[in-house]
Amino acid sequence: MRDIHDFYNMMEDGKIMLSFNGEVTSDLLTSILQIMESKMENLDESPKIKKKVYNILVECLQNLYHHIDEDDTLTAANEKTALFMIRKNEDGEYSIMTGNYIANENIHLLKSKLDKINSMDKEELKDYYKEVLNNGEMSSKGGGGLGMIDIARKSGKKLDYNFKNVDERFSFFSLIVKISQN
Amino acid sequence: MEELVIDGTPKTPIIKFNPSNGYLLVRGRSIPENSIEFYKPLVDALEAYNKSAKPQTNVDIQLEYFNTSSSKCILDVFKKLETINSGSSQVTINWFYETDDEDMLEAGEDYQAIISVPFKMVEVNEE
Repeated sequence: MRDIHDFYNMMEDGKIMLSFNGEVTSDLLTSILQIMESKMENLDESPKIKKKVYNILVECLQNLYHHIDEDDTLTAANEKTALFMIRKNEDGEYSIMTGNYIANENIHLLKSKLDKINSMDKEELKDYYKEVLNNGEMSSKGGGGLGMIDIARKSGKKLDYNFKNVDERFSFFSLIVKISQN
Repeated sequence: MEELVIDGTPKTPIIKFNPSNGYLLVRGRSIPENSIEFYKPLVDALEAYNKSAKPQTNVDIQLEYFNTSSSKCILDVFKKLETINSGSSQVTINWFYETDDEDMLEAGEDYQAIISVPFKMVEVNEE
């Protein structure tokens, strides 16, 4: 087993404010949001950045929650877990990182959605959001397909994502969302 | 018709709807994982109110945060208000946002573009 001090240094050097690995439940989301809110309160962040980080955090975590729930039948028990990390670098830029397993057959749809979002500028994203808001159907779990569009709009940056193949059934989907000061 | 009162929680807003004076207040955070269930009583109450709406209906939306799951339900609420507005009641939606909160202002403008009910953007200073 690795030295706990090594882990401590890794988290400290990586400026990790909070990391979680495990099953994503509604109560867990509430706890993570409360912890992050009090951490940002202590850091004396401006209300503007606090709101942006909080909003994007909610969407990222609820994406994990909905994704895992909806894929319940496909996903084996040990693959129901997800990874979540948030860091703040020297320039005050926040990065929210998430990772979760995705069934290979679902990659295409998600990838084309992310590419579509990444190809759009601010005004196009606004129009796309309104279009999906007004016409999109809501899933039974309450996901509306707006999460990624909203994350891209609020962060003002491209969505940095990756699919890493695990086996013939699953890949690991990672997403990094950056939120800079100003 | 009785007044609808839903207390706020860390993930859901306070809702007060008084059909006898046509006043609706939504205040706080709206970030539940599944918002359909949460907003159903309000949507139902507005549906019932439409049959005997007051001449004026005033709506104050004072949200601090809302998630995308709520955004569709808020649209459903506004669509009910649109129906009420095209009937016997004049509806006004006051959309509150804090100074500097461009995201909340933009969110209000998104709804304003979709819904044909008079919107007032109300800027409030942060404490």
